[in-house]
Amino acid sequence: MRAGDSSSDGGAAVEIHELIKRYGRTTAVNGLTMTCRRGQVTAILGPNGAGKTSTIEICEGYRKLDGGTVRVLGLDPADPALKPRLGVMPQAGGVPPAARAGEWLRVISRFYAHPLDPAALLDLLGLTEHARTPYRRLSGGQQQRLSLAAAVVGRPELVFLDEPTAGLDPQARHACWDVVTGLRDAGVSVVLTTHHMDEAEKLSDHVVVIDHGRVVAEGSPAQLTGAERQLRFRARPGLNLDELLGALPPGSAAKESPAGHYIIEGQVGPQLLATVTAWCATEGVTTEDLSIERRTLEDVFLELTGRELR
Amino acid sequence: MTTLDFTPRPGAAPLPRMVLAQAGAEARAMLRNGEQLLLTLIIPVLLLVGFSQAALVDVGGSRIGFVTPGILALAVMSTAFTGQAIATGFERRYGVLKRLGATPLSRAGLLLAKTCAVIAVELLQVVVIGGVALALGWSPHGNPAWVLLLILLGTAAFSGLGLLMAGTLRAEATLAGANLVYLVLLGLGGVVFPLTKFPDAVRPVLELLPITALTDGMRSVLEKGAGLPIGPLVVLLCWAAASLALAARTFRWE
Repeated sequence: MRAGDSSSDGGAAVEIHELIKRYGRTTAVNGLTMTCRRGQVTAILGPNGAGKTSTIEICEGYRKLDGGTVRVLGLDPADPALKPRLGVMPQAGGVPPAARAGEWLRVISRFYAHPLDPAALLDLLGLTEHARTPYRRLSGGQQQRLSLAAAVVGRPELVFLDEPTAGLDPQARHACWDVVTGLRDAGVSVVLTTHHMDEAEKLSDHVVVIDHGRVVAEGSPAQLTGAERQLRFRARPGLNLDELLGALPPGSAAKESPAGHYIIEGQVGPQLLATVTAWCATEGVTTEDLSIERRTLEDVFLELTGRELR
Repeated sequence: MTTLDFTPRPGAAPLPRMVLAQAGAEARAMLRNGEQLLLTLIIPVLLLVGFSQAALVDVGGSRIGFVTPGILALAVMSTAFTGQAIATGFERRYGVLKRLGATPLSRAGLLLAKTCAVIAVELLQVVVIGGVALALGWSPHGNPAWVLLLILLGTAAFSGLGLLMAGTLRAEATLAGANLVYLVLLGLGGVVFPLTKFPDAVRPVLELLPITALTDGMRSVLEKGAGLPIGPLVVLLCWAAASLALAARTFRWE
């Protein structure tokens, strides 16, 4: 057991209870309660301004809370004893623009007792050839990867990643995912925020959807997307869905979104499939890409947080 | 692709290792920055050569003997105040201080590292400026221990003022303000223009400026071989205590 451990493994890495954070008259976090378990990857999803970064920055000890309680690895977030145990990747910046990538990572590594080899970490993240490049001349994706490297170089128990893959190209995104998976496999707890539903679905054990500073849903990706299935197909736009619904069992729903893409929900089974295809046949409609799928996390997310832009 | 063992093994490095690493980074940043180098080395050396070789002002004695202590004082101000204020202001702006706050390096450790870096750069300045002055025929007097004491107290006073500015103003305002203060104090502080050239009425006020105290003290020791320069040391001590206390209370880390 490590020094400072207050509970056995499997306990909470982060415990947030009724958290409140205000900026002037704006309430950014409004009674948020959630738990991130040890050794798991927890993804916090939410639209811009939902309170994700405020929450994570309170956990990191950057910001003071206005109400509620937060315990990180069983300690107060401001406790200096936490610093060596946490790894932090801020949303942006934090590196002097003129600092060379390799030198800066080496300096950060010198703050820890048993750091990873900075050169090996640069190599893992494809930054070796940019080791002598000043931070300001790195591309956005390279800057993000350097920041990720600095978050893990000290061999932390718990890592906070605030939008780790924002602005990354697909290769870099996969490299980042590999690091997150590697951390999880090694028993590191990871808390990340993201806008990418596929990322949350792929990487996380636990997803917390927050909006207006509160948790609106949480669970494993499978729990959130539910057992419910959908029948999806493409056809010419403007089919008369009311007529189709009349033929379907009660409790079914049909929508066209976007134009030419149809989604049927309800008791999705052989009977429903037969009804839909039979109706299409009588209408003289040829369907394409007909499939039965589970809802995606994105569907759930949009359902919970609405479609309007913010 | 390499695989790394991410198994947690947290722990903070010993404080001296952290401070040394950060101080090295800060010193490298200062020496690599062109504008900083202009301020800390090039301008002081140009002023030293210019004012010692050409009869620009009447100093009543050895020009190099008069100018060198003033330039050494200027060098301390340029690094501890101007350079440090500008660098720290931009570190605050770029979230560097915030990011360092998430590492085991404490704020006290960070300030210690900054001070070590400033002193390392000052050491380099003393070597370069002293070397040029010696080559120009300078013959210093006095006890080096008093010079060291003056430089350390001057560094504390100017660091306090620099951090006070960097911790409260926007980065651009700090940039402009720190350069302006540098120029004004260069003009008023007896660095190259003797204080005797100013009207009697303003001299007592000018003598209370930190740059004047440092210049005066350095000159009394290095030019005249005087003993412990108590007056200037007291003035510097007051500036150091007041500015550091105020900076500690007002500094905003982001």
